[in-house]
Amino acid sequence: MEAADWFQLVVYVAALAAITKPMGLYLMRVLDANGRTWLDPLLRPLERLTYRFVGVKPDCEQDWKQYTVAMLIFSLVSCLFTYAILRLQHLLPLNPQGFGALSPDLAFNTAVSFTTNTNWQSYSGESTMSYLSQMVALTLHNFTSAATGIALAAALVRGIARHSVKTLGNFWVDLVRVTYYLLLPICLVFAVVLVSQGMIQNFKPYTTAKLVEPMKISVAKVDQDGKPVTDKAGRPVMETHTVTEQTIVQGPMASQVAIKMLGTNGGGYVNANAAHPFENPTPLSNFLQMLSIFAIGSGLTYFLGRMVSNQAHGWSVWAAMMALFLGGVLLCWHSEAAGNPIHQQLGVAAADGNMEGKEVRFGVFNSALFATVTTDASCGAVNAMHDSFTPLGGFVPLFNIQLGEIIVGGVGAGLYGMLVFVILAVFIAGLMVGRTPEYLGKKIQSYEVKMAMLALLVLAVSILGFAAWAVVSSWGLAGLNNGGPHGLSEILYAFSSANGNNGSAFAGLTTNTPWWNTTLGLAMLTGRFLMIVPIMALAGLLARQKVSPPSAGTFPVAGGTFVGLLLGTILLVGALNFLPALTLGPVVEHLLMLHGKLF
Amino acid sequence: MTAKPPSLLDWHIAAPAVGESFKKLDPRRMFRNPVMFVTLIGAALTTAAAFTAPASRGFVIQLAVWLWFTVLFANFAEAVAEGRGKAQADSLRKARKDTVARRLHDGREEPIPAPELRQGDLVVCEAGDVIPADGEVIEGIASVDEAAITGESAPVIRESGGDRCAVTGGTRVISDRIVIRVTAEKGHGFLDRMIAMVEGARRQKTPNEIALTILLAALTFIFLLVCVTLKPFGIYSATPFPLPVLVALLVCLIPTTIGGLLSAIGISGIDRLIRRNVMATSGRAVEAAGDVDVLLLDKTGTITLGNRMATAFLPAPHVTPERLAAAAQFASLADETPEGRSIVVLAKQQFNLRGREVAEQQAKFVPFTAQTRMSGVDFSGANGHPPCAIRKGAAEAIRVYLDQLGGQFPAAVSQAVDEVARAGGTPLVVVEDRDVLGVVQLKDVVKGGIKERFAQLRAMGIRTVMITGDNPLTAAAIAAEAGVDDFMAQATPEAKLRRIREEQAAGHLVAMTGDGTNDAPALAQADVGVAMNTGTQAAREAGNMVDLDSNPTKLIDIVEIGKQMLITRGALTTFSIANDVAKYFAIVPAMLMATFPVIAPLNVMRLASPESAILSAVIFNALVIIALIPLALRGVAYKPIGALAILQRNLLIYGLGGVVIPFLGIKAIDVLVTALKLV
Repeated sequence: MEAADWFQLVVYVAALAAITKPMGLYLMRVLDANGRTWLDPLLRPLERLTYRFVGVKPDCEQDWKQYTVAMLIFSLVSCLFTYAILRLQHLLPLNPQGFGALSPDLAFNTAVSFTTNTNWQSYSGESTMSYLSQMVALTLHNFTSAATGIALAAALVRGIARHSVKTLGNFWVDLVRVTYYLLLPICLVFAVVLVSQGMIQNFKPYTTAKLVEPMKISVAKVDQDGKPVTDKAGRPVMETHTVTEQTIVQGPMASQVAIKMLGTNGGGYVNANAAHPFENPTPLSNFLQMLSIFAIGSGLTYFLGRMVSNQAHGWSVWAAMMALFLGGVLLCWHSEAAGNPIHQQLGVAAADGNMEGKEVRFGVFNSALFATVTTDASCGAVNAMHDSFTPLGGFVPLFNIQLGEIIVGGVGAGLYGMLVFVILAVFIAGLMVGRTPEYLGKKIQSYEVKMAMLALLVLAVSILGFAAWAVVSSWGLAGLNNGGPHGLSEILYAFSSANGNNGSAFAGLTTNTPWWNTTLGLAMLTGRFLMIVPIMALAGLLARQKVSPPSAGTFPVAGGTFVGLLLGTILLVGALNFLPALTLGPVVEHLLMLHGKLF
Repeated sequence: MTAKPPSLLDWHIAAPAVGESFKKLDPRRMFRNPVMFVTLIGAALTTAAAFTAPASRGFVIQLAVWLWFTVLFANFAEAVAEGRGKAQADSLRKARKDTVARRLHDGREEPIPAPELRQGDLVVCEAGDVIPADGEVIEGIASVDEAAITGESAPVIRESGGDRCAVTGGTRVISDRIVIRVTAEKGHGFLDRMIAMVEGARRQKTPNEIALTILLAALTFIFLLVCVTLKPFGIYSATPFPLPVLVALLVCLIPTTIGGLLSAIGISGIDRLIRRNVMATSGRAVEAAGDVDVLLLDKTGTITLGNRMATAFLPAPHVTPERLAAAAQFASLADETPEGRSIVVLAKQQFNLRGREVAEQQAKFVPFTAQTRMSGVDFSGANGHPPCAIRKGAAEAIRVYLDQLGGQFPAAVSQAVDEVARAGGTPLVVVEDRDVLGVVQLKDVVKGGIKERFAQLRAMGIRTVMITGDNPLTAAAIAAEAGVDDFMAQATPEAKLRRIREEQAAGHLVAMTGDGTNDAPALAQADVGVAMNTGTQAAREAGNMVDLDSNPTKLIDIVEIGKQMLITRGALTTFSIANDVAKYFAIVPAMLMATFPVIAPLNVMRLASPESAILSAVIFNALVIIALIPLALRGVAYKPIGALAILQRNLLIYGLGGVVIPFLGIKAIDVLVTALKLV
């Protein structure tokens, strides 16, 4: 834990704080159907044309049901579109490598994964996806799933800010405006910056290079359909290859990476994701990528404060997020820097901590920071193997996801997830000031509590339910390459990541099997859409309420006490559910490691 | 009714409550409380496991016993709260003796059993009779002993017409004869409603209680899921968790503390209100009282002492004070209002005038009417007094009167009127024929300590609005003196109703008190309408609370009780959830100890053995319910120090305390369990 790393952490938080307000102010304009931006001369005609083309009346606002249905229809159609492209990949152009069609379960998993902003990848991009699939089927979702998340958060914030109305805005307008005015322009600039750092952007076929030193590797055997071959015990069959030449990946990378980070999608162009030198060439690109993951989510807290005319509340929510973020970073960084005691005893440990599965270019700190950021937000891009972290270092990303990715969180999804906890905190503690709990003048009563708890229930049911199924079924265990508590962590991580729409993986788990592809796909759908419906119902109900004006007896939703209360609620109500399972996984693994046992 | 709450250990309440706790084990009744229902199922499963457990049967039996205790303790809390109400209900029921009523039928009296009375029947009551049903006096005046419901032994006057016409069944006429029109049939009377309220028989869950129940049910479901999925995780980890242990973990995690005490809190809240002699028609009203942020208070009797008193005579130029005082006294002789009487008294004190002797000669009194808004006297000219017409009234009314007569209103008097009004007094102008004689100054005396009370209310976030029929100047002066936030001058019943609607439209919750029939619409519209027991039947029906002491200041107590009830629920919920941290640290390491001995460092309390750890957590979980019964019944103290300060205080006590206390408690129980060699 060196001074330079501390300095970088301070710079990171300061930079984030600095962009929060401008981002929030810009979001105010983007999310206002009549808001003016300096891009208007260029984009206004395009925006109007889009509305006319798809037949949307931009002045017509929707109530929560119409808004939700529009979002669901859009998601369904775009998901089917992607599924079709992936299944027909071999017939479509821009496929210089001649990749075949994806299997039905993999195509389902991938289409769902990108629609839900998860970007879980049961495949390796460079050996599965054609340029067309990458650019159209996947990048499309990188934009629209991010825009959908932001739109939903905006709708919820409008529900809180408005009163005595039914409508929450127009989904199509939000979707179009976020994509045109927010995501596209920033990504354009960001992609150029990334190219300047050495990231590639071309349509060339892959190039090959002769290895100076041939190497032997052991990989899972796959059949003609690309599925892993398993033995009688259900374990994957491994085969040994001798590699003499290296294929160097090419393609339109920068354009996809920009939105992958900004939109907290996280799906890598290549399997190594942000650890690959092309996908993350320099320390600066690494820093900017981490900053862009938090940029919009952080700005949304300012947007919240602005919309409800209580900027202190917006900053308080931000502060709670930062407290959890810093707690995670410090624990993860400390565990990684402390390293593995067994390696140290054997005298094979790297000087600066646990370097297994990490890029030497980034080192311990930048790997720990990246891992925390990417799981705080539901990004899922990685620049190190989370699977190879020390048990407690790996505990942090897993825990972050299980909290519901509310620490800044996925674009939009983080804010609405956090607001569920805000509402619960206000309800539980609000009674203690002797009034019916009120959140910014809106009463929190049975219906609101029901919807908030439903959202929380979905999280727990989906993660614990699927993981419990996996650990006792032969299908689930078939994909497992590690045993013991570490194997449990891998399975928990997979379902947490899918349900939380994160998309990062604790590797060590072969998930490209029909059972895993299907269950993970279902977890992604549950985590996204079953969570959204109660939240939108909540937004609709809050919008309809009258506002009671604040007084000395009103529950304070800003300041240190509120931040403490919110943190307490998140940890007690949100985190405790996962504690027994986490104890059996990373906690026991950590204690065993201290006693000299590894998995 | 007793003003002092019975001791919590009162044997007469505790003993039946023990029996009641077992009766409440009926699953159909338990089902209404999801948290305790799950505990009940857990206790049953553990009991079944005790018979089949191959090893450590003693441990499983003890677990089962404590799980049953957990359920019984929760039932006991509810039974005690109900028992306290029942004791009161019994004393009320004694008042509801079925009597024989004397019904008026075609002008003749006929005896009829009271339960057979119908709405609209007329009954006669004379000295010594018990009033058979709720009704209004339509004829006569009587003193009535209402001790049966109010506990107040001094009799009250009930008379036909006006705002004191309501009588309550079960009270006793002490003197005179009255005719009553029955307004409520048997079973729907005031006493019946009181008994029902007290017993909690028709107690419906309040909105906050419903919301809290949903939260608790959802948490219970989540923890159920946590424990159920722990089984497969255990199988994977080669740690087969036995059923009783999983049940123990579940019961410790679900919020049994608040789940067990929730209904007791609600019942005792209403109970506390009854002890202050306030009847609420529903728990919902009590809860709404906690939310109130605007209080409409009548000036008279609440903010000021009783009535305005005449304090000075301010004569017009060229008029002697004696002449003004004499005229004012004449004009007030027939005025039986306290203001009128105070003028007579002041004239007597200052000038030794005794108007009555004079006035008995040939004078015609003109009573106050709503149209003229004046009262006075006309002398016919006989017996020495020159013929003249004396009037007194508000300046506005006199001005109109003078205009009709063609008289002049002197500027000096106008000035005096304004000065009196500005000083918070009420000016009454006295005229003799067309001559304005001057102004009588009436002043309000603001109650001692009321200003501090309003400051407290402000700290609670409650705005007080004073309602008065006075003119704006007078009202402003009294408002400033009393320290209210706002006032409504020259208020009519319609204006009051409109004001309530406006406040509500702006998102406020409004409470008010009222007694007159014309208050009824406003009482019905207000979120909390407290009717005075001395008030009319219409007012008592319209409000959602009745104050038996007829003390308008009690609204402030009611608000405090409402807040206390909400705070107690919030505090115990927070405490209950915060408790989980320690229970995790007690049970989870104990569950894993056999398979993963390396887990020992997580046993931060250094509990003696896995079994003693689990048992101690379960015992603590059960005992904490008993320990908190007094708090649930008494309520968490409410101090008007502002929301933030209350929140910080309660978070510290019940949040942080809720995290720390179980660590100490479980450790202490573990020491005891080990010392007694229970496992």
